This record gives sequence, structure tokens and C-alpha cells, in this order.
Amino acid sequence: MIITRAGFLTSVQDLGRSGYREFGVSSGGALDSFALRVANLLVGNDENAAGLEITLGGLRLRFDEEQIVAWCGGEVDVHLGSMALPAGHAALLPAGEELKFSQPQIGCRCWLAVSGGIDVPLVLGSRSTDLRAQFGGFEGRTLRDGDELVLGKSRRSPAFAKATADKQTAATKSISSWTAQHDWVSPAKRNPILRFVRGCDWDRSNTSMLQRFTSETFAVSLDSDRMGVRFDSPELKRQDNVDLTSEAVAPGTIQIPPSGKPILLLGDCQTIGGYPKIAHVITVDLGIAAQLRAGDQVRLSEVSLVDAHRLLLEREQQLELFRIGLSLHTS
Amino acid sequence: MEIIPLGDSALIVRVREQFEDAPEKTLDEVLRTLQQLRNAAIPGVIEVAPAYTTVALFFDPVAVAKARETPGDVFDWLAEKIRSAIASGSAFHRRRSAAAAPRLIEIPVCYDAEFGLDLDRVGEHTKLSAGEVVDLHSTAEYRVACIGFVPGFPFLTGLPKTLATPRRATPRKEIPPGSVGIGGAQTGIYPLRSPGGWNLIGQTPLKLFDPTKNPPALLCAGDRVRFRAITREVFEASKQGGASR
Repeated sequence: MIITRAGFLTSVQDLGRSGYREFGVSSGGALDSFALRVANLLVGNDENAAGLEITLGGLRLRFDEEQIVAWCGGEVDVHLGSMALPAGHAALLPAGEELKFSQPQIGCRCWLAVSGGIDVPLVLGSRSTDLRAQFGGFEGRTLRDGDELVLGKSRRSPAFAKATADKQTAATKSISSWTAQHDWVSPAKRNPILRFVRGCDWDRSNTSMLQRFTSETFAVSLDSDRMGVRFDSPELKRQDNVDLTSEAVAPGTIQIPPSGKPILLLGDCQTIGGYPKIAHVITVDLGIAAQLRAGDQVRLSEVSLVDAHRLLLEREQQLELFRIGLSLHTS
Repeated sequence: MEIIPLGDSALIVRVREQFEDAPEKTLDEVLRTLQQLRNAAIPGVIEVAPAYTTVALFFDPVAVAKARETPGDVFDWLAEKIRSAIASGSAFHRRRSAAAAPRLIEIPVCYDAEFGLDLDRVGEHTKLSAGEVVDLHSTAEYRVACIGFVPGFPFLTGLPKTLATPRRATPRKEIPPGSVGIGGAQTGIYPLRSPGGWNLIGQTPLKLFDPTKNPPALLCAGDRVRFRAITREVFEASKQGGASR
């Protein structure tokens, strides 16, 4: 894989690291792990294969040999030569042909899977790039123009390539007609609503603050990154600025620092923190959170923990059906 | 003991309310709980990690739902497993008299002014000379309460009260790896180049975090730590000798 243009911020990510949180190592990984899993399934990879996380577009790349690719994420124009490649479709990319990602119209990031996955070394059990600690992924850093990445052996490439190219018409040559459901492959929305469950400091917060938390619109700040989405407003200042003992935080945690401006933590967040944890965005909505960019407006809506788990289990059951459907296409 | 959800895929086991009133006892209890949860090998649990008064447990709700014997609430099922793991673990612990003694790790530190950029600031605040600050810092014994902030950063408990100094009003944009600092009543070591607001008093040639090693961090929660003052020459020599561990 040859990176002709690295774009704004592109990094190698898989489903993240586990087992090293006690040493302060974040989980990291694709900020929308579900999107990467779906893209990997579409190209015939293991769900955990490493792909690229492309932030704000601008990426161009090509391969020495033909490869199957698929992507999921924000609303981005992706072109394969002169053909548009929609989200959630597998495509056969001929050798030398360029794959181009424009800037997203809606959303912030997308995830590209390539048959075989990106073969960077496993570091602490994962191929994800830890950008803050500068290890893992490709040389522990974001990609640069001219980087060359090695791909893993693609497991069932010939059969899959054939199936991918099946049912082709002149206009959709080498792009699969089948796809995954829309909200999986294109989770970005204008003015989204994020669902949350209460955090342990919810009950310690006063009622007017809690009322504002669920009624006001949150405005995404420029100062957001893979560690977290920061909000310029609302300002939820606390009367009691007690120092809390630091304890674990997790992707999805919404903290209220002394400034009152909420922070929604994402995959690269630190492992422990001392700010009040007012709420946690539920796992099925983390993909929507990963699409937030400066200027976006977000609202929050409470669900019960039981519902958060039910939604997650339902999505997993649907993904299982999708896997079965895919194997029918490719066997 | 309280078990509190941390979103839908993690929870916090709060072992004690306070840390500062009994740091040693709290730390031992937290580490014992950590070990009990590890030994219990509850299905669906991804990892456990300690911090001051709590143990965090990360889980895969889908795997937990598959593992539970009867349909029911994922969180309640886990909480029940955790309670029984800790209850049976406690009985086991009472039968065994001696728990494994924590390791003692010595960290060489060069306290020269070049590294101890805030020694004067700490001196002013504590009304001690730079030499007294160094003596106090390097004779006390510390324990690692937890690792966090950045990979490998040890939060140490046991700083002599007289050395407590408020953090800098404006954090430094970049702190060199190995820098030893005082932040409020705590002391710690920056493993990576990072921004930070603690008062810098010295630097160690040791590498505190190395992702190519397993475990990747030099220290872990519960370790006993001592700082030993070294000269600039020893610092340079051990740096060149690749004093990784």
C-alpha cells in the first residue's frame, strides 16, 4: 500500500489494546470500532484486522497488486479512479489505480479496510497507533506522504474477489452490489442525539445543572481530538468544586472540569481522571460521537443501563446475521 | 464496598471512600480486591485496573450476556459475581497469613539545577534550601498508588508533608522524559515527553515506559519506591549504558 497523500490525520488502527490499563495504556483503536468491524467483514478479514482511520479526508493511496477495499464512516466522496465508491460496499481496486478520499460533508472520520489487513507489528497485543505515547501502528505515528505499508495475507481473496465482482453492471464494475445497513456504514448525522447512562457524580449534581445537561445543545470545540470531544458550551459550573480522588474513566465518559465545559472522552483518553463523571455515552452511540467535529451541535438523551445493554445485544445479533449473509455471498 | 457502573461496558468497585486518611491500608485493600477479581476469572471480563480507592473492571456486555446462566440484567449478574469473588477471596486471604511482600525499587535521580528547574520554587514554598528538599525527597519511602495520566506515570504516595507544593499555575508545554516532579502532596515521574504542571526537581536516567517490554512499565501499583541522588556523571553514564531497567 503506497500512501500518495496522507491527508489531514491518518493512522493505522485495529480494535484497540486491552490488558495494559493498569500501566496507564489507553484502549485506543478505531474510534468507531463497529465501523471497522463491518468494513473488515466486507473485505473478508478478521474483524480485528488493522485498517486506516482517516480524519477529515484528504487521503490518496494505491496498491502494487489488486486488492479488495471497503470503508465506513462519515459522509465522504471516495473515488476509485473515476468511479464513486459508496460506504459499505466492497470494491476490487486494480493495481496502480488510486483510491481518493475527499473531505467529509458530514462527520469527521472514516475507516478503510483492505483485504489481508495492514501488517504492522503487534505492540502490546494490538496494531493500533498510540499517538500520544508514540508506539504501535506504523512507526508509532500518523501516516506521511510516500509511506509504504505492508499488507497481511488475504485469507480467501480469490473466491472473495470473484464474488465481489459478481452481478456487475457496466456502471458498477468491480463494486459489490450488496452492502451493510445504512446506519452501520454511515453513522454521521447532522445535529445528532447521543444517548447516555448516568455517571457516578450525577446524583451529586444540582437539579438545574442536570436539567441543562439534557435540554441544551452542546457545541463541539476546535480543541477536540482522539482523546476527547471538548464542548464550548454549555458551561456547567459546579458550586462545590471538591477535589475527587482519581479513578477510572472510559471512552464515552462525560466529565465536567472546573471550567464547566464538558469533555466527552474517546478511545485515546487517559485511563484515570479526577473530574466529576456526570454521564457516559452508550457503546452503540460511540460511532456517532467519533464523527463529531468543530462546530457540530449535539443533544443528549438519557437511557437506562438495561436499555444500553439491550441495544448493544440487538446490534450484535444483527451483525451475526450479516456475517451469515456475507458467508453466503462469498462461499 | 460499592459497585457502580462506569458506562455500559465497565464498572468501578469502590473499596474505600477515602485514600489520604489511611494510604497504606487502602492500597493493600485495593490490591487484594484486584487480585481477587483476577483470580475469579469472571466470564466476559476484559481487564481490571486499580486507582487509589477503586478497582475498575472492563467487560464485554455481549460475552457476559452469553455467559450468564439465566436471562437477567447484565450489570446485576456481574455485581453478584464480584461480591461472591470478594467474599470467598477474603475467607481465603484470612487462612493465608502472609501476603506477598511488595517489591522495593530504587530510582536513581540527578537533582542538579539543570533538571530541577523548580527546586527554587519548591524551596521558597516550603522554606527549605534546595539541599534540604533533595535530602527529604531522597530519604523518604514511597508507594505506587496507581499508574495513569500517561502510560507508565506512577502516582506516588508518601511524600513528606513539608515538601507539598502547589502545581504551577501555567503548565509547561513539554517536559523531558524521566523528569521527577512534585504536584501538591504527590510526587511522580514523567515517563514520556508530555505537557505537565508539576514542579520539576530532578531527572532519572531510567526508562519508565517501554512498549517493547512486558510488562511495559517499570513500576506497578503497590511497589515500594526510593529515590537515590546521583551525580551528573553517573546520570550520563547510565543513560549511555542504556539503563533501561
